[in-house]
Amino acid sequence: MKPNGFLAKLVNFVEMDEFRAENYTLGDKAKTPISEDNPANKWLAANQGKEQSVRSRVYHWFDARGLDIFTTLYRFMSVIICVTLVSVLLSVIAALPPFGNPTNPDVNEVVERYVSKGTEETGAVNAVAGMISAYRGFDTLGEAHVLFVAACSVIVLLRVDPEERKHGVLLDIPETGEDMDFEPNGDEILRKSAKLLVPLSFIFGMYVILNGASSPGGGFSGGSLIGAGLILNSVAFGFHRTERFFGDEMYHLVKTACLTAYAAMMAYFIFMGANQLPDHVWLGIPGTIFSGGLILPINFVVGLEVACTMYCFYALFRKGGL
Amino acid sequence: MELVQNFPFLTIVLSLTCGVFCAVLKPKAAKRLCLLWLSAAFVMSLLTLLYTLRTGESYVYMMGKWSAPWGNEIRVGILEAMLATVFSGVMILSLLGGMEHIFQDCPSQKINLYFTMASLLMSSLFALIYTNDLFTAYVFVEINTIASCALVMLKYSGKTLVATTRYLVMSLLGSGLFLLGIVTLYSITGQLLMEPIAAEVQRIWAEGTYSLPLTVIIGLFSVGLAVKSALFPFHSWLPEAHGSATSSSSAILSGLVLKGYIIVLIKIFYRIFGLEIIMEEKVSNFLFVFGIVAMIFGSLGALRQKDVKRLLAYSSVAQVGYIYVGIGLNSRAGMLAAIVQIIAHAVTKPMLFISAGGFMEVSGGSKAMPDITGAGKRDPLGGIAFSVGALSTVGIPFFAGFIMKLQLTSAAVESSTPRMVIALIAIALSTLLNALYYIPTLYNIFTNRQDDKFKDVKAHYHWEYVLAVVIFIALNLSFGSFPQHVVGAINDGLAMFGM
Repeated sequence: MKPNGFLAKLVNFVEMDEFRAENYTLGDKAKTPISEDNPANKWLAANQGKEQSVRSRVYHWFDARGLDIFTTLYRFMSVIICVTLVSVLLSVIAALPPFGNPTNPDVNEVVERYVSKGTEETGAVNAVAGMISAYRGFDTLGEAHVLFVAACSVIVLLRVDPEERKHGVLLDIPETGEDMDFEPNGDEILRKSAKLLVPLSFIFGMYVILNGASSPGGGFSGGSLIGAGLILNSVAFGFHRTERFFGDEMYHLVKTACLTAYAAMMAYFIFMGANQLPDHVWLGIPGTIFSGGLILPINFVVGLEVACTMYCFYALFRKGGL
Repeated sequence: MELVQNFPFLTIVLSLTCGVFCAVLKPKAAKRLCLLWLSAAFVMSLLTLLYTLRTGESYVYMMGKWSAPWGNEIRVGILEAMLATVFSGVMILSLLGGMEHIFQDCPSQKINLYFTMASLLMSSLFALIYTNDLFTAYVFVEINTIASCALVMLKYSGKTLVATTRYLVMSLLGSGLFLLGIVTLYSITGQLLMEPIAAEVQRIWAEGTYSLPLTVIIGLFSVGLAVKSALFPFHSWLPEAHGSATSSSSAILSGLVLKGYIIVLIKIFYRIFGLEIIMEEKVSNFLFVFGIVAMIFGSLGALRQKDVKRLLAYSSVAQVGYIYVGIGLNSRAGMLAAIVQIIAHAVTKPMLFISAGGFMEVSGGSKAMPDITGAGKRDPLGGIAFSVGALSTVGIPFFAGFIMKLQLTSAAVESSTPRMVIALIAIALSTLLNALYYIPTLYNIFTNRQDDKFKDVKAHYHWEYVLAVVIFIALNLSFGSFPQHVVGAINDGLAMFGM
């Protein structure tokens, strides 16, 4: 026997949600329409205009309005919880040491060594680059793989197999056609400005990557510039132009080569460091491009990886493939 | 430094690289590479375990040229090496047991990405087990979150997409709270490695400054990691995600992923804050209460399920409750029980999910209770494995679950009276409820069907499934029958852990 009343509606609500999930397949709409036999609607339809005892009116009032009450209560509670959380966190911030104060607990021997001996130990004038790529290089290795795993997940979710695309199996193609059919969209202003900006953003990206050890920037920021250039290129000239030099195979090649090289360099560095062996890395001349020892090649591979990931996200969301 | 001391670090980094290679290989090649590497990682972890058992002390491994407060570090002791060994072994067996389902359930062009995700997940678990640095923990928690969501999503259907969305939202909420905790803790201590933070925290605690931030930090860490490890009020994402994924994913997620976060929480509690602060801040009381509630309500939830995988998923909620009760007892015996439960559940629940996958195969792909009636007869090996798993979870002697219940009960008896009474009643009640939903399920899978819907269906055994199931049964029985060595080693490990 199914429960009735308020509980039934809640169950019905949840089941409808699951029903939708189960019947939702990519490409075709839900095959069967969702049944409208909500007990509340049925009751209201059956009892319209009838005389009611007070008791049944009260009972059915809750029956008919329970879900609304629940929803209202839910909204109300969520606001209360958020406000409480915000006020707790704000009072914590008020209790924390003020930002940038020289007597703060985070101004200690750790930071002091990064700043005062960083250039000497890592070869990088940029203390941030020295810290993220050398002192705490293992974290950054993990961070690069976070990007990789994120890109792979987006591929899992959005990549459409070229064969399936050809046969139209999986895609729910609207009658007006896909985004792809309107490429390139032929905007003259966009194309002219892209002609100017794309090479600029590539060159500036490379500049930021190569000077990562001696000035603000590095692999992550330079890589996003290059990625932005790639995206702009395909927006202005269409995917076909970008695919000529950066397609599926190129993406996989660059990505695998970069991450493997990065892991190999970090593994060598960590292995030598942990075993107290000399690592024979030439630290270079601080302030020039060839400085920072492994920081330069690390910035290079991280930059390429970030550029790949950014373009990969864009291409997958736009057309379901590289 | 001996070569074997490098193995923990190599297992982390090479698992990452293995994942990268799997992404460009063909599915079959990716499978081979992944299994080969995981077996190598298992052997390396085993050698590390033997090394730590032989030397009898833990060691710190610098990740680079710079020592404690400046560079990254990992820390290896008996406990860490043992968890790494068990986790990598269970990972291999879970993959093997559900291998055929992986190839059936995932879109054919994306099967290699399954192995990418599995390798990355393994690397993050290794890192969470070994890490001695809070920020490294956070980075690998991120990898863990994304990879486990992808493992659910790879079985491509509407249901898994909805489940993944819920899982991702809840999991990211947990990550966010965890990150807030790290940031706040950094701003009052200025350190990221565990030992220096512990020293600073003790100083701050003694001085009495920053008491509000300290309380909130402990709260943020507890809630964040409790959401990610599905402690009772935050478990809503779990049944859907574990119930709808392919059988290997369900096995990996419930057997290993939940535990990774609990290990981080244990490290934070006992290596950063220390027993005394945790006790003063009353946080262990909360964990204890929620653990008790999880034990009861997880089982009650399982009672209502008409779907075998969702039943197992709700049972995981209850089992996670046992771990938190162990932690919440706030004693060394309680911790011992919690770690024993982590291992016992890791060798039990994946087996149940793998055999449930076997039942689905002989029941036309359905996991609903009426359809799997008699599945234990059509797939006898799966039936035996399910029985072993069910009896172990209920807590019958000579199975792994019994050892855990024994340890937890003796830990409860040693603690203060109110806790003892509550814990004992809850353990008894939960055991009863476990029996109430597992025994009818067992009865169901071994009765004859009235109709002859699946009369001619016979399980065709692939060697991978047979191997995985047989090893799981052997592991469960041997841990249940001869627990002395494992429990003794965990005890030594906890001593090294600084307890």
